[in-house]
Amino acid sequence: MTETGARLLVLWVADWPVIAYVREHRGVSGAPLALIGSGVVQSCSAAARAEGVRRGMRQREAQSRCPGLRVSRHDPGLDARAFEEVLTALEAVLPGVHPVRPGTVAVRVRGPARFYGGERAAALRVVATAAELGLPGARVGVADGLFAAEQAARSADAAGIVIVPPGEQAAFLAPLPVNVLGDPELGGLLPRLGIRTLGGFAALAPGDVAARFGPDGARLHALAGGRDPRGAAPRIPPREFDVRVGFETALDRADQVAFGVRGIADAFIAGLLAQRLVCTAVRIEFTTENGDGSDRVWLHPRSFTAAEVVDRVRWQLDGADLRSGVTEVRIRPDAVDPAGAHERGLWGTGPDEGVHSGLSRVQGMLGHRGVLTAVPAGGRSPAERQAMVPWGDRPVVARDPTPPWPGALPPPAPATVYAVPRPLSVRDAHDRPVTVDERGALSAPPAVMVSQTGARRRLTAWAGPWPLDERWWDAREARTASRFQAVDAGGEAWLLVLDAEGWWAHGHYD
Amino acid sequence: MFEAVAVEPEPTRAELVKDLQARIRRMQRSRLDTHELPAHPALSPLLPGGALMAGSAYAVTGSTTLALGMLQAPSAAGAWCAVVGMPDLGVGAVAGLGIDLERLVLVPQPGRQWLAVVSALIDVVSVVLVRPPASPGEAAASRIAARLRRREAVLVAIGEWPRATAALAIGDSSWTGLGAGFGRLTGRQVTVSSTASRSGRPAARRLWLPGPDQALSPVTQNIGRRSSPSVH
Repeated sequence: MTETGARLLVLWVADWPVIAYVREHRGVSGAPLALIGSGVVQSCSAAARAEGVRRGMRQREAQSRCPGLRVSRHDPGLDARAFEEVLTALEAVLPGVHPVRPGTVAVRVRGPARFYGGERAAALRVVATAAELGLPGARVGVADGLFAAEQAARSADAAGIVIVPPGEQAAFLAPLPVNVLGDPELGGLLPRLGIRTLGGFAALAPGDVAARFGPDGARLHALAGGRDPRGAAPRIPPREFDVRVGFETALDRADQVAFGVRGIADAFIAGLLAQRLVCTAVRIEFTTENGDGSDRVWLHPRSFTAAEVVDRVRWQLDGADLRSGVTEVRIRPDAVDPAGAHERGLWGTGPDEGVHSGLSRVQGMLGHRGVLTAVPAGGRSPAERQAMVPWGDRPVVARDPTPPWPGALPPPAPATVYAVPRPLSVRDAHDRPVTVDERGALSAPPAVMVSQTGARRRLTAWAGPWPLDERWWDAREARTASRFQAVDAGGEAWLLVLDAEGWWAHGHYD
Repeated sequence: MFEAVAVEPEPTRAELVKDLQARIRRMQRSRLDTHELPAHPALSPLLPGGALMAGSAYAVTGSTTLALGMLQAPSAAGAWCAVVGMPDLGVGAVAGLGIDLERLVLVPQPGRQWLAVVSALIDVVSVVLVRPPASPGEAAASRIAARLRRREAVLVAIGEWPRATAALAIGDSSWTGLGAGFGRLTGRQVTVSSTASRSGRPAARRLWLPGPDQALSPVTQNIGRRSSPSVH
C-alpha cells in the first residue's frame, strides 16, 4: 500500500463562482461583487477583497466594509454548469481530467509530462489553455498527492506555476498555516495549543492525534504530513444530450421558431430515451441576432415529451422580450431520471396531465411566478403560516409547520391575509391614539379604528394585547409586536397588530 | 334539524303558481345531460337545483369565506379548483374549510389578462373562483358562459356577475367569543341570502361561517341565538 498518492497536476481558478456569475450575467468583471449563501459571503471578486471583504463574512459586515458592493445569491448549480466548458476544453489537451469541485481539476501528470516533454511544459500548456478560455486567474501546482498539489496551485501567484519536486511535499507544506486544512474546529484549536503550521501538526505522534481528534483528525494529520492517499479518478466524459438548431435567417415569429425546433426536440427526447433516461427539467436558451438572449429552466412534474418541449420553447418566446430575430435555439437537460422511475401507470394519470398543460399555458401568459400553489408553513402570524410555490416547482418550505408554534393565534384563521399589511390608526373613546407600554399595558380600551382613507369603524368587541417577541437572537428577523382581534359595528372582524411603527391590519375575517 | 331562519308569510295563489312554475323550470334543465358538482350541505338549499350546476356562474358578495365555502364540496370530491385575482387569500382559512391545497391553484395577479386566464383555467379545472379586477362586460360574460357550458365547469365570482345562476350575499353578521377586552374569535353567524335568476325567488338561511370547528354549518335551533360572548 502506498502512503502517498500519485503525482498530480492541479489547475485552480481563483474566485470561480464570481467568474461564472459574471459570465452568466454579462457583468463587469472589475466591479466589487460578493456571492452570498446561507447568510455569509461564499465568494467575492478581487476588487471586493481589496476593500476588506473576506469569505465567510456576514453579508452586513461585508457591505459595511465595501459600500459599493454588489451582492447576489450564490448558485452552486451555475458554478458547476459553467465549469463544464472548462472541463471540455481541458479534456482536449489532457487525458483523464478529475473535477475536484467547480474551479479545481486534478490530472495525473505522468502521461502529459511524457507527451509534452516535462512537467513544466505540461503545466504551461494547461495555463495556456486556461488563458484561451479567458481565465487569467488560473494557477497550476504539481506535487505528490492531491492536497499538496492543490496547496501548490493556491500558493502560485497569478498565472504562475509551482512544481514541488517528488518527495518534497512535506517540506513544502510545513510552513503553511493550519487553517488551510479547511477544518474550522482544528483551525481554531491548534493555534491555541501552540501549533500554527502544518509542519508542527505533522510532527505530533499519529497515535496521539488519532486519540485526541478521532479518525477525521488522523486523516488531516496525514494530509499535513504530505501523505495523501487520494488519487485522481478521471471522469468519463458525459454523453452529449444538448441539441441545438441554428437559423440562417433570423426568425421573429414564435410559431416559425417552434416549427424549426420540432425536429431537434424529437432528437433530444429520443437521445435521452436511448440511454433509458427521461428529462424532468429542461433548459432552453435562445440567441438572437443582436446578441442578447433568453435562458430559463422549465420543470415538469413527471417527464417531458417532445411536444411539451416545443410548447416550452413557444411559451418562453412569448414571455421573453426579444428585440431581434432568433438565430439559435439550444435545448439541454437540466435534470434527468432513469426512465424506469417514470413509467406511467395504466390508469389514473389522465386528468392531472391536462391540468398541468393548462396551467403551464397560463404560466406562459403571466410568467413562472404567475401560477402558484399554496403550502402550509410554520410561524406565528397568518402571513408566515403560508408559503407560495410556483406551479411545477418542488415545494421548499423554510419553516416546518408541524412543530408546535406557541404564540400562534388559534383558529379560525382570517380568510383575507393582507400580503402588504394595511396601516391604520386605533383610537380610544376620547379620540386619542391607543398605545401599549413596555409592560404590555393598554393606554385605554380601543373604541374606533380609522383607516388611511379616513373611514371610521366603531369597535364593539376587542381582545388583546397578545404580545409577540420572537427571534430576539437574530437582529434581522427579530420582531416585537402586540396583536389584537376586534369586531366593528358592522359585524366585521379584524386582526390588528401594533408594533414600533404603528397599527396595522394584518387580516380580515371576512 | 336544518331550518331556515327567514319565515315566509302564507303564499298567495299567484305566488303559489309562480313557485310551482319555477319548480317545473328547475326540473327542466337547460341541457339534457346537465352535470352537477356537489355543493356543501349547508349551502345546497340556497342554490337552484340544490347543487352547483356545471356550466353556470355564481356571484357572491360580501364574504371571502362564503365564496371559499362554494369550493369546499367539489374540492373534497376530488375536483381541481382555482382562485384568480386574490393576492390576499388566507391559506389557513382555505385549509380550515376543508379545501384540498394539493388541488388548489392560485393566480394572484392576473392583471389585464384576467379574462384570458379565467378562460384558460376553465379548460382544466372544475371550479374557478375569481375576483374580477374590473366589472365584466356582457360580451365577456357570455364568452365565459359559453366556455363554462362546453367544459362543464363552475365559476364563482366575488362581486357582480352578469346573468349569474344565483347571487349569494351575507348580512346580519355576528361574531361569537369576543367581548370588551376578553375572549377570542371563535365563530360567526351570518344570514346568507340567495337570489336565483331563473325563479327570482329569494331564499335565506342562518349559517355558521366559519363555525367553532372552522367549517361551514347551519345554525341549529338549540344553539341558534347564542350570540353573547363566551366568558373564560
